[in-house]
Amino acid sequence: MGWMVEASTSARGADKVFLVSLGISVFFLVFITALMIYFVIRYSKKRHPKAENIEGNAWLEITWTVIPLLIFLSIFYYGWTNFDYTRNPPRDAMVVNVLGRQWAWSFQYPNGKVTSVLYAALGKPTRLDIRSADVIHGFFVPAFRLKMDAVPGHVNTTWFEPTRLGSYDIECTVICGVDHSYMLSKVVVVPVEEFKAWYFGGDDAPEPGKGLGAEKSSVAALSAGVAEAPVLALLRAKDCLMCHSVDGKPMVGPTLKGLYGSTETVVSGGKERAVKVDDAYLKVAIQAPEASIVKGYPPTMPPAALSPAELSQVLDYIKSLK
Amino acid sequence: MSAPSATASTSEPSFLVDQGPRHGLLAWLTTTDHKRIGLMYLAAMVTFFFTGATIGIFMRLVQLSSLSHMMTAQTYNALFTVHGVIMIFLFVIPGLPAVFGNFFLPLQIGARDVAFPRLNLASWYFFMAGAVLAVTSLFTGGGPPDTGWSFYAPFSIKTGTNVTLAVFAAFVLGFSSMLTGVNFITTIHRMRAPGMKWFRMPLFCWSLYATAWVQILATPVLAITLVLVILERLFGIGIFDPAKGGDPLLYQHLFWIYSHPAVYIMILPAMGAITEIIPTFARRTIFGYKAIAFSSMAIAGVGSLVWGHHMFTSGMSLTGDMIFSLLTMIVAVPSAIKVFNWTATLYKGSIDFQPPLLYALTFIFLFCIGGLTGVMQGALAVNQHVHDTYFIVGHFHYVMFGGTGIAFFAAFLYWFPKMFGKMYSRAWAYAAWFPIFIGFNMLYFTMLVLGLEGMPRRYYHHLPQFDTGHVVATVGSWILVSGLLILFGNFAYALFKGKKAGSNPWGGPTLEWTTASPPPKENFATIPTVTGPPYVFPVEPRP
Repeated sequence: MGWMVEASTSARGADKVFLVSLGISVFFLVFITALMIYFVIRYSKKRHPKAENIEGNAWLEITWTVIPLLIFLSIFYYGWTNFDYTRNPPRDAMVVNVLGRQWAWSFQYPNGKVTSVLYAALGKPTRLDIRSADVIHGFFVPAFRLKMDAVPGHVNTTWFEPTRLGSYDIECTVICGVDHSYMLSKVVVVPVEEFKAWYFGGDDAPEPGKGLGAEKSSVAALSAGVAEAPVLALLRAKDCLMCHSVDGKPMVGPTLKGLYGSTETVVSGGKERAVKVDDAYLKVAIQAPEASIVKGYPPTMPPAALSPAELSQVLDYIKSLK
Repeated sequence: MSAPSATASTSEPSFLVDQGPRHGLLAWLTTTDHKRIGLMYLAAMVTFFFTGATIGIFMRLVQLSSLSHMMTAQTYNALFTVHGVIMIFLFVIPGLPAVFGNFFLPLQIGARDVAFPRLNLASWYFFMAGAVLAVTSLFTGGGPPDTGWSFYAPFSIKTGTNVTLAVFAAFVLGFSSMLTGVNFITTIHRMRAPGMKWFRMPLFCWSLYATAWVQILATPVLAITLVLVILERLFGIGIFDPAKGGDPLLYQHLFWIYSHPAVYIMILPAMGAITEIIPTFARRTIFGYKAIAFSSMAIAGVGSLVWGHHMFTSGMSLTGDMIFSLLTMIVAVPSAIKVFNWTATLYKGSIDFQPPLLYALTFIFLFCIGGLTGVMQGALAVNQHVHDTYFIVGHFHYVMFGGTGIAFFAAFLYWFPKMFGKMYSRAWAYAAWFPIFIGFNMLYFTMLVLGLEGMPRRYYHHLPQFDTGHVVATVGSWILVSGLLILFGNFAYALFKGKKAGSNPWGGPTLEWTTASPPPKENFATIPTVTGPPYVFPVEPRP
């Protein structure tokens, strides 16, 4: 499809099947529509006052049963072969573990690097082992014509081989909660050397793809600015900042600014009660959030896994956000 | 139908006049007359349809970037869920069988009523109870459900919104569907007029027969599945929860084992109605009667075995993917057969181009787009790209709205004079067609394109590259809805001020046109005896 980028080997295959089936469909549609319009005009009651009662024709019935059947079966076969290709990764593919959770993607490489943007090397196969931490998500890269659901309890595998440098959208395609439509990321395809430099570089190796005009992911954009306090980095790493702001802006969850010491109405066990936000409440709210949800917010927060030291760090930070 | 002499005795009052001990609203609410029950369904469904459409309009508005802050993401997620639940469970699934099936099945087979008239009324009450529960679920508990109408586990288990009640509502609605199915099958087997052999039955009745079997066989699976969701939410039984050894894909299988055949519950009666309309206005017999009858049964049969095509990206086994894709291609064949036979029925006719025919041919055009996009996405390699995108949304709106919805309008235009004894303005019916056709294609064809470009469904917020497409679709929705208002305004006006219609204004060949308009309470003064096939022309119109 001309106006749409084909950025992987599988994209080319899918587009061929699409164009063939589109061609056949357009032919059928135009044929039937033209025939209907012609008959309506040609056999209008003015031009053709006496109808002929033709009850049927066995040969015609057989013809228009068998020909469509053969065409549809060919489309099936063509679609199958190009699909089978995407489900059988080559053995030398780099295996990336993809984890979907409400509402972010993370990518873990064989050497342990974890990113929120998927980096891939041009012309090299990447295999994706896709998992979910909570509900079902859909991993979709339109430029690769590739989609695979992340299903809790399953590992779903697919793969791609990029054929074009650039940065391509990743979108979640299965409704997974309030921020479903913000569960976005990017695939950044870079030359092999650049990928290697990043992959084999240390923790401080610069992210690849800067020269591609690749848009920075929201996470990268945020952390690119001023060096931030370690505790903020911790909140970000635990995905807290996906839903809670630190500047007073309401997001999916309540803001953390001015939270400490305030009185909130919470719903627990279907009943509302007022609580004063103190250390004890916050500990519960962070580690067992479903027990008491602040009124007006969705009960969607997962328990945050924090060590005791991290927890006290976070509590101190929240206290400081007046 | 070599016509039984009678136009029913005109002396008998119509079914619209109260004849029992009760009067007014109470007479309607306790009626067992299949025609009155059909009209009660009609009133309810037109209300639900416009409610669903209004929600649709708001969903489109949010996609205009400048209006994206008119509601929160949570509200949007609730809207598309409620839009789906209302349109699917309260309009498209029961639509044609409950309204036109109830009204015309006994009339077309020459019976006085359905086999179980009280059960028929009970079905209506189940339907309304389900509808009330669905509405209640919006305003109670954790608020309106936000899972999409498909209630996928484990999200539907985990969300704090009022999924339990909404699912229970769908459970109750299922009973309405099953009981109607039992009723129709029994009616068709036992109540046909003397001489009406199976292959003398109008094809609308064949389509209802095929549909009723699917209703009976598939709906219980949905009922069980929904009960499991409720048990899972209330007691955490763990059947869909991987943390307890359950499997989310089991839910998808169970859900689609019903919900895919449900698509055929939606479309088969629509095809049946189109099959009635085309010969009447072509003034000639139907082409390929048996091919159309058998293709209905084939769609019902094979259509029950294709549910897995909703799960090609779920990680189901490759063998599963292959078999379901193959069967999906095969189920397209009987639909194609119908399209060819309808077109051939126009050949050498003497075509009287009235509004019902315009809408029926529009159905064929839009349904072809819906069906062919279905074949395209049934091809696995394509499916992998378009699954869960606007392409799917566009596709099923072409089938469900362009197909069933437009067929509902065509059937209403066709049978309106019979149901109410009044004729609407034909000029306004033509006038409504233009905005409906243009708006429809602006809205849904654009969705097909957006989907190809990678726009996922159920997105509150879209990426900037999709802006233009969303504007076109939203403007299309306004044009479409203005056409719908003209169409239904025309019906409403005709109901009160329409000219009187005769017993057979179109020259229809089937039995319902031999009785008065509107029909008397008992349908026929004497039960007709049938001596020939259903579509015998010429028939003189009695306007």
